[in-house]
Amino acid sequence: MGSVTATVAPATSANVTRWFRTFGALSRAGFRRYSTYRQAAVAGVVTNTVFGFLRCAVLLAAAGSGTVGGYDRAQLATFVWVGQGLLAVVLLWGWSDLADRIRTGDVAADLLRPVHPVTSYLATDLGRAGYAALARLLPPVLVGPLFFDVCLPSRWPTVGLFVVSVVTAVVLCFGCRFLVNATAYWWQDARGPLLLWTLGSGVLAGLYFPLRFLPEWLQLVLWCGTPFPSLLQTPLDVLVERDPPAVQVGLVALQLGWAVLVLAACRLVQRRAERRLVVQGG
Amino acid sequence: MCTGEAVRPGGTLRAYRALLGAQARSQTAYRASFLLDLLGNVGATVFDVVTVLVIYGVTRELGGFTLRETLVMVGLSASAFAVADLLVGNIERLPTHVRTGLFDAVLLRPLGALPQLLLMNLPLRKVSRGVFGVGVLVVALTSAGIDWTPARVALAVVAPLAGVVFFGSLFVATATVSFWWVDSGELANSVTYGGRDFTTYPVTIFDGWFRAAFAYGLGFAFVSYQPALALLGRADPLGLPSWAGWAAPAVALVAAALAATAWRTGIRHYRSTGS
Repeated sequence: MGSVTATVAPATSANVTRWFRTFGALSRAGFRRYSTYRQAAVAGVVTNTVFGFLRCAVLLAAAGSGTVGGYDRAQLATFVWVGQGLLAVVLLWGWSDLADRIRTGDVAADLLRPVHPVTSYLATDLGRAGYAALARLLPPVLVGPLFFDVCLPSRWPTVGLFVVSVVTAVVLCFGCRFLVNATAYWWQDARGPLLLWTLGSGVLAGLYFPLRFLPEWLQLVLWCGTPFPSLLQTPLDVLVERDPPAVQVGLVALQLGWAVLVLAACRLVQRRAERRLVVQGG
Repeated sequence: MCTGEAVRPGGTLRAYRALLGAQARSQTAYRASFLLDLLGNVGATVFDVVTVLVIYGVTRELGGFTLRETLVMVGLSASAFAVADLLVGNIERLPTHVRTGLFDAVLLRPLGALPQLLLMNLPLRKVSRGVFGVGVLVVALTSAGIDWTPARVALAVVAPLAGVVFFGSLFVATATVSFWWVDSGELANSVTYGGRDFTTYPVTIFDGWFRAAFAYGLGFAFVSYQPALALLGRADPLGLPSWAGWAAPAVALVAAALAATAWRTGIRHYRSTGS
């Protein structure tokens, strides 16, 4: 295109193997980086478990002895406990690395690397998610069934679809967080947008209550008009088999669409930001 | 500010005011972000209330309580938590101060460590949340059809204040853990934010040891559930006598005493991280 960006121009002969090797190395580094905070992981698991008990009790009370929002009691219990684990895997909250680096000017170092910033941050985030799947998703998934009746998938394709859905949710959530953090390129301080994100994502992703409790027209608006339900509600709905197989596949396809759209937006925003970025300080 | 001379009483007050003023200026420096912050903070409490409304949208009662009755508990819990969070909540940044060594500087200054920490971080943006919390309580109390007596009016004033003291003590007590366990991080959230969620709903929806631990072991039943029963004039389905609602201030004082003890022990055991 002939545009000038702050990143180093990629090698002319794009070597796919090398790209994958770089991506893999960055992911492994992300995995290792987060696996050093073991005490923090323990503290996080305890907190997720307490909230598992709280949310489960509320939803089961709402269901009484029947069903609510199309879920029976076992489906609700699975929804809550797996949701508490997934929360840390997709990392809905608490990521401000990019915004901090923009504010301090450290982001300049990211721009000098021969890997696109979106790619390198995504690779690190996938590594982090891999560690979280072991350290943060497994414990609540194992604790929940000790105290509540949970449901297991009755159709085998559900399991595969769930895995695809979780990976997509991780990528999509990363993209959303990247966009929110990237507001710091313009505003220096991204605390406000981060707070709005924390708020909106919790309630609109289905963490506080399953979105199926809402009127149907609103569900449609949320699913098609915003990426939020695709972050948490979709993988959980797929896992508890809330819908017939065709709808399950449709929901995951919608999720994939959002992931592609948001990642493209990340690259666009990054390119626009690089044109106006002034690194503060010396 | 610290000149090494003995600090005069008026000087102490002025020092605290200077700390607060510096906070106000720095927090409002990025105006767009501060306004978003104000808005976002009220949003957190709004969504808590919305969650209750959505859940009552799919069920008529929760643990034997109607929406109007539950809203009294929501109001008590939201107002108490929001005000405590505004005044004391930022003590949860203590682990960071311990890790970075800022806490050493705080201890060297000729002012109390706790008031300094609270004023250093007083989150002005959370004012909006406190105002909304109190608003929810007022609306809930006026729409619940309470048979007002002088005693109930007094309780309606004292119970939220006791709740503020209770949640404030909880914030301080849980932050103290970081004197021993620097990376405790999210752990405190499970009882502070967890407690807020617990007190939002009638205790009757929980059961077994979880209810025993949170409601009576940690005392959360006395923040909103028991006072709400006393205000509504309902007998406790779980069998506690009707005066239990009036026990809220006593429970809050016990919590405050325990938190103060924990804080003093923590300070005495504090060893700098050396950084």
